[in-house]
Amino acid sequence: MSIQEKHDYPGLLIVCEGIDGSGKSTQLHLLKTWLQQQQYDVFFTEWNSSRLVKKTTKVGKKKKLLTPTTFSLIHCTDFADRLEHVIIPPLKAGMIVMADRYAFTAFSRDVSRGVNPDWIRSLYDFAVRPDLAFYFRPTLETALGRILVGRADLKYYEAGMDLGLSHDPIESFRMFQERIMSEYDEMVDEWGLEVIDADQSIEEMQTQVREKVTPLLKSRKLRRG
Amino acid sequence: MEDLELPGKLIVIEGTDGVGRSTHINLLHDWLEKIGKGVLVTGLTRSPLIGSGLQAAKESKYLGRQTMTLFYATDFADRLEHEIIPALRAGFVVLADRYMYTLIARDMVRGADPEWLRKLYGFALVPIAVLYLNVDIDSLVPRVLRAGKLNYWEAGMDLGLADNLFDSFYIYQSKLLSIFEGMRREYRFSNINSKGSIRAVQNRLRKKIEGVFEE
Repeated sequence: MSIQEKHDYPGLLIVCEGIDGSGKSTQLHLLKTWLQQQQYDVFFTEWNSSRLVKKTTKVGKKKKLLTPTTFSLIHCTDFADRLEHVIIPPLKAGMIVMADRYAFTAFSRDVSRGVNPDWIRSLYDFAVRPDLAFYFRPTLETALGRILVGRADLKYYEAGMDLGLSHDPIESFRMFQERIMSEYDEMVDEWGLEVIDADQSIEEMQTQVREKVTPLLKSRKLRRG
Repeated sequence: MEDLELPGKLIVIEGTDGVGRSTHINLLHDWLEKIGKGVLVTGLTRSPLIGSGLQAAKESKYLGRQTMTLFYATDFADRLEHEIIPALRAGFVVLADRYMYTLIARDMVRGADPEWLRKLYGFALVPIAVLYLNVDIDSLVPRVLRAGKLNYWEAGMDLGLADNLFDSFYIYQSKLLSIFEGMRREYRFSNINSKGSIRAVQNRLRKKIEGVFEE
């Protein structure tokens, strides 16, 4: 199995990507609700949520022990665990797996931290290639506006403070997100990401998302509860 | 990894379980300090980052092989960046009791893709010398038995190769040794014959290391 090739599981893998504040989680949630209303069996997984790995990531972040390399590796470890337990099994069972962030998050974020782009891609080679990968693309100002409203308390790694871009967390966050966004933009053709203009209203975005998902639902014999 | 300007020297001692690595590393440590070198001995024990997390994951019984491989690679990277590189920067001789080669060999026996593993460890610093303590399986068995060190992991019992510890050890270690033999050529290890008295083997190791210092 390789992220380079189409998978042949009966299920469907839909992922969403984008910088913080792009509204992707909201969109994925609405999509999930819509699919469930149609009786589809949906499985949801989030980036960096494996219980086996959580403790380590927590220690690393709290004590600021993570370098760009170990940051990449620990997230990939987390991903491997989720792939085995919460992504592949439901795909085998013909369910729809929805992932809030996928390998492309690592490709954009870790490369923005200075990790080698070829190395990080080869690391995730064992991943399942998504059937559909949305990239929610807001302008930087829109995204920052959404994130920074009532939430000035940015975390160290989240703000990219480990990169030494700026001593001001908000400025550092802005510069870091800008870098990540340009990495995402580079990946659109490479991985065939479906770009959704994330400056639009929630309803407009959701309409486009559902339009893209509809043909896929018909192409597969999916499990319905 | 790109060459960093590091004044220290990274010397790796590789060899399978029970071949006498720790005995020799202790002796090398004393000798190097006696001749005035700053020495750091490092092994594959758990790093502060991974330590407890990995232990808990291993005990959970739900840890997949790919996940375990990546866990160990993270642990290795952490030690490399927080221990080995700073010591080399400070001009130390770093004696590594095993290195990525052992991790790669263990994963290869368990079916991981060798190409992928090599890319995974692409971040590792290339040692100035890898001294490989070579042993054949029939000499290894009595050593391990005498030391009473036949254990679950070193026998590869997780692989289900045999229904008893001894046979499993024999098959598992034979496989490991043949993988090491391939890596010895690929990575140009210095081959150190581990037969003979401790002193004889130690002298072979010292001679190699002296050669490294002269370069």
